Amino acid sequence: MRFTATVEIVGLEGMADPEGQTIERALPALGFAGVEGVHVGKVIRFLIEAPDAKAAAETVGAMCERFLTNPVIETASIRLEAGPAGISMPLESGSAADAVPAVDQP
Amino acid sequence: MSKRIAIVCFPGSNCEHDVAAAWESLGGSADIVWHTATTLKDADAVVLPGGFAHGDYLRPGAIARFSPIMSQVARFAADGGPVVGICNGFQVLTEAHLLPGALCRNSGLRFLCKTVECEVASTNSVLTTRARLGQVLRLPINHYEGRFTCDETTLRELEDEGRVVLRYWRDNPNGSIRSIAGITNRARNVVGVMPHPERASNPLSGSVDGRILLESLLVLLAQGQLSDGGRQLAPEMVHASGPAPAQDRRLQ
Repeated sequence: MRFTATVEIVGLEGMADPEGQTIERALPALGFAGVEGVHVGKVIRFLIEAPDAKAAAETVGAMCERFLTNPVIETASIRLEAGPAGISMPLESGSAADAVPAVDQP
Repeated sequence: MSKRIAIVCFPGSNCEHDVAAAWESLGGSADIVWHTATTLKDADAVVLPGGFAHGDYLRPGAIARFSPIMSQVARFAADGGPVVGICNGFQVLTEAHLLPGALCRNSGLRFLCKTVECEVASTNSVLTTRARLGQVLRLPINHYEGRFTCDETTLRELEDEGRVVLRYWRDNPNGSIRSIAGITNRARNVVGVMPHPERASNPLSGSVDGRILLESLLVLLAQGQLSDGGRQLAPEMVHASGPAPAQDRRLQ
């Protein structure tokens, strides 16, 4: 099966995030009140071939640990969708393989 | 006898010639080794220079860590061979787990390019044996991701074991934890520093304070303290913190 994996990487809890803090400070100046806990991270998306969602989640988890994140400073959450992005086929269950809607359509 | 360093050049490294020039000006010899090489030949020490290895993509050092030469560098380090990472090279060493911690974006989110003052915090490393404890060196920094960080346990170990080798003095330019500018591993043979000693090795560059760091390595190599088979800092070098004997300060 082919899955679209979306890996969302943010700094570990308690890590200084000067970019997030700067955005948080700027928002009220623009009239957006009541925002807190702004964190800036990065998103990595790719297609992966795996027998099932569990196997895909394990592989992506290993990738995160060994390469995609630096566990000293970062943590990742993984999202899996069956099929290529944009043609979402919600998965049955599984924490790392929670079905999510496809990305925004133009 | 000319001591030879291998300077590893990744795609995007840009300080390899500076390091070679500084090292040669002290009487050593240098080879620039492309990152796809699979041997360090007969290098006495390895330097990972500054720059932007592999474009700093993903994270600085994250991809360089997997360059073919890095398995040789890891083996060389495990055998006790001196390995020095400068700036981007420091970042590569942390990603390669040859040094603990990580280097994050500067707290002010600015690329810093200036000369700063650093205090020698330990003379027990291959890069600082000739320096004096507490000696303040004027060294250039040139980085966006130089804010050293690590978990509390690691920090305690670094401090308790005297493995912080350089600290920013008075002003902490990038927000590094405890003003850390350079650290060493337990065996003291792997050192990473954010400032550039090679760029402070010629009077024309405004400071020659970096020479003492490169000289430390050169003298250790020349004295055979780190020769094959017995690659550990000898006790008298490990604990030396006073000024170096004058006759040993130059090797030529």
